[in-house]
Amino acid sequence: MSTQQGNRFFFNVDWVTILIYIAICAIGFINIYASIFNPDTSTVFNFESNYGKQLIFIFTGLILGFSILLLDAKFFSVFAPIIYGLTIFLLLVVLVVGRKVAGNQAWIPIGSFRLQPSEFAKFGTALLMARYVSSFSPKFRDAKSIFFAGVIIILPLIFIMLQPDTGSALVFLSFMFPLYREGLSGYWLLVFLGMIILFIADFLLPMPLVITFILLIGGFFLYQNRRRRTMVFSIGLATVVAIAYLFVVKLTYTKVLEPHQRTRIEIMLGLKTDPKGAGYNVIQSKIAIGSGQAFGRGFLQGTQTKYGYVPEQSTDFIFSTIGEEWGFIGCTVVIGLYAFLLLRVINLAERQRSTFSRVYGYCVASIIFFHVFINIGMTIGIIPVIGIPLPFISYGGSSLWSFTVLLFIFLKLDSNRMGFI
Amino acid sequence: MDSLFDRKYTIQGLFLVVCLILLSKLFYIQVVDDRYFVSAETNVLRKIYTFPARGVIFDRKGKVLVQNEPVYDLLVIPNQVKAFDTLELCNTIGIDMKGFYKRFHKATIQSRYQPSIFEKQLSVQIYASLQEKLSRFPGFLVQNRTIRHYPDSVAGQFFGYVKEVTQKDIDENNGYYRPGDYIGKAGIERKYNDILRGERGVINMLYDAKNVPQGSYAEGKYDTLARSGEKVISSLDIEIQKLGEQLMKNKVGSIVAIEPATGEVLAFVSSPGYDPNLMVGRNQGNNYMDIFGQPNRPFLVRPTSGYYSPGSAFKPVDALIGLQEGVIDPEMTFNCPGGYWAGNHFVKCEHVDGTISLRRGLARSCNAYACNVFARIMTQKKFRSKKEAYDNWEQRVRKFGLGAPLDIDMPFERKGTLFTSDEYTKRFGKYWGYTTVISLAIGQGEMNTTPLQMANLMAIIANKGYYLRPHLIKAVGDKKIIKKEYVQKNYVGVDAKHFEPVIDGMEEAVNSPWGTAVLSRLPNIVMCGKTGTVQNPHGKNHSVFIGFAPRDNPKIAIAVIVENAGYGSTYAAPIASYIAEKYLTDSISNGRKGQVEWMKEQVVLPEMPKPKVKIDSKALDTTKKLAPPAISVAPKIKQPAITRKPLEITK
Repeated sequence: MSTQQGNRFFFNVDWVTILIYIAICAIGFINIYASIFNPDTSTVFNFESNYGKQLIFIFTGLILGFSILLLDAKFFSVFAPIIYGLTIFLLLVVLVVGRKVAGNQAWIPIGSFRLQPSEFAKFGTALLMARYVSSFSPKFRDAKSIFFAGVIIILPLIFIMLQPDTGSALVFLSFMFPLYREGLSGYWLLVFLGMIILFIADFLLPMPLVITFILLIGGFFLYQNRRRRTMVFSIGLATVVAIAYLFVVKLTYTKVLEPHQRTRIEIMLGLKTDPKGAGYNVIQSKIAIGSGQAFGRGFLQGTQTKYGYVPEQSTDFIFSTIGEEWGFIGCTVVIGLYAFLLLRVINLAERQRSTFSRVYGYCVASIIFFHVFINIGMTIGIIPVIGIPLPFISYGGSSLWSFTVLLFIFLKLDSNRMGFI
Repeated sequence: MDSLFDRKYTIQGLFLVVCLILLSKLFYIQVVDDRYFVSAETNVLRKIYTFPARGVIFDRKGKVLVQNEPVYDLLVIPNQVKAFDTLELCNTIGIDMKGFYKRFHKATIQSRYQPSIFEKQLSVQIYASLQEKLSRFPGFLVQNRTIRHYPDSVAGQFFGYVKEVTQKDIDENNGYYRPGDYIGKAGIERKYNDILRGERGVINMLYDAKNVPQGSYAEGKYDTLARSGEKVISSLDIEIQKLGEQLMKNKVGSIVAIEPATGEVLAFVSSPGYDPNLMVGRNQGNNYMDIFGQPNRPFLVRPTSGYYSPGSAFKPVDALIGLQEGVIDPEMTFNCPGGYWAGNHFVKCEHVDGTISLRRGLARSCNAYACNVFARIMTQKKFRSKKEAYDNWEQRVRKFGLGAPLDIDMPFERKGTLFTSDEYTKRFGKYWGYTTVISLAIGQGEMNTTPLQMANLMAIIANKGYYLRPHLIKAVGDKKIIKKEYVQKNYVGVDAKHFEPVIDGMEEAVNSPWGTAVLSRLPNIVMCGKTGTVQNPHGKNHSVFIGFAPRDNPKIAIAVIVENAGYGSTYAAPIASYIAEKYLTDSISNGRKGQVEWMKEQVVLPEMPKPKVKIDSKALDTTKKLAPPAISVAPKIKQPAITRKPLEITK
């Protein structure tokens, strides 16, 4: 309180979170350096190289972050719809003028940099979601509020799907968690979990067997609740929907998904091994991580990293560098830092007076969580290859900036928790 | 609201659970499972091998028998190949365009980024002309290794040959060999392969994902240099080996000479032989098939694998056993009416010798004498059964190194034939006796020996009662290590005193007017010997001579077999005498040089079995095709082959 006058802008800012943020960024820089390091050429520090650029991104990101702290907290809740609209607009623009890179039309070229609107759509959506919940206090018990929240999420999701960038689109499912916090029935999460289980079962087991299982489980619950009419009805409906879902998945899989997405799913489920083709990334990534063993090979000592065995190592597969050079200890530290950051953000969110700040905080935590889980899960082969970056660590300006903005907006809101929005 | 606040813990708990799932999977692949570590090593580490030179082989006097010659393998890295004058390359290394594409395709399949062998074993000459142009053939490089070279072109079967390993060799040697390595396949190269091959050098190279080498692993800490094979000193005397091969030219048979005091093999001649230089280089495969198809099986190592009944050469053994058993004494006489009646069959003798004792019996090679001795050995009163009598005899014969391999350091040695009593019972039923097997007395019947065993028999007599295991390699390495088992005396269980009368008889065979082996007589040196005329069921008799010289302090024991050459005295005896003379005096005396040259010219080949009609007509057809009118067409087709012919000279 005493420093309130002297340090007005950074008053009440949660420095712990900022420190974690800087620590993770530094880990990112070190590992990008190691991924690109070549003993023959990199004797001098080079700003032209990717690690040089990343350093610039980190510094500009920090500047960006601290300038957000200078803004008025009200700005975000007031401008939330406009920011959301802007990102939707950018998503439309990218479909028209976007540059195709690796099959995805996701980048807008600006000078020598490329802007990736889908990265910014995340906090745009988060802001509007927070605004919607704070303004209308929906309880998510009625169809109308679920519908509105759904539209806010689905709109950018569809546009990103059209790029097509399935990985980034899936991230929007993480809004499930703030909605759950705000009152969405836990059944939705269960339904979601059930969908995933059925999805996997659909591939691994023969269809008649899965249907028999569903009918057996449905039958069991029907018998348990045979005296309650409404329950009998809804259990019967759920069973029918589950079976229908199986067929929809099969159809989507064969008709809608691109061949490379299909092989990715097949490789993740272990149905297919293709060490030279689509499975190459995952196999090489697992080899790199596994070869790090408990203590790692040491900084710049990873052979798989140094000799370029893991493709896209500085971006989506950056975690393989950490795994190889720093070992299980290093991985534990990184995951521990993320876990600490996530729990801290949620704790901060819960201490907010305003609903806007709380919902936004949950959105931030959920988005980061989703990225971390999918990215690391993909490098160790428990999730299909979905090209999304590891927050604050993967190489790339758009991703680093958008995560920085995402986090610092929340820090700004948090620092302002005493005031009213 | 409070109930909703609790959902914070659900969400935080879910986050933590997911983090723990990630960590446990990481723990599994990083700490528990080390397969990934191994995969990482195989990803980046490649072992590059350097080939050692095989060990040099010397003869007993220190002359080099086998040395190494550099050859050059042309390698290609397909993805580095750019457009170039392919025809020029083809002409330089002597292949055609079709062959070029075939090889290039094979290399591409193997690896696009790594060097694979394009053409093996280019000679120095081809390499010289290729080297100048190599810069014009991007993607091609040359790696050198060495191949065997035999300056004297003799003793092919003794050396054996070296060949690229087969999958079977790789499997049998627990991964020591890799495809493209060479291994001794026959002869000394095979038997002493582990000593001769040396140690491969290894360079551990790091490769990146594009297969570009990135320097050596751990600053070469685990690299090793190639260590060439150890040198090996053979017991052969190259001069008499050469003479032996010349004498046996156009004859089929074998010469084995042993130094009795040491068991060292001095000459190891197998005829027909082949030039060992044909079994190296680019044309090895073709030459192999070529030699393989020749008559009389040049690849058969006759000294250790040829089976011959010893014939009369076995008679000294009869006499020695008789003397040791005490059933005869040197002065005891038997009557020779021109043969011997054994029960109801008759063993014919070449002469009617009348009353005959041991010396005469051996000198005249009397069958009747041998049969009488054999009969006396087998009918001693101490034996309770005929089987026991035979077992006793068999055991005594076995001690002379017959019926079992002598374990010479040569692969695929055969053991000869010597029946046990059980085998006879199996063949003849319960009732058989010495009369049934009487032909054993004159070295016929169920008895086969290798020339090596015969020569060893002579070494035993020369040593008066023992032999040292015959061997072809007398020492290994710079320290000249001699194996222990080669200095151990193997006694045959006959007292030295019994050898005198037998040696007397063998001396008489060579040096008396009535001896059978007079043609092996040596000027100024007392040679002892015994001829054998071995009945051959497939054709003319084999000519056999075994002997040693000089009588006092013998230096050489020798066995000579000339197949289908008739009497032992006609070919085998003189050949043995030339060898002995050459070895003992280092030259052939002037008066005998003409005889040696005459002997070299003699052609004594077995009659070929009459070819079947079918083959005959075919052979006639081909000769017809080669007849004048067709020839005018042929040269045109052969034109390209002619232009590259000079380049094929590899040696």
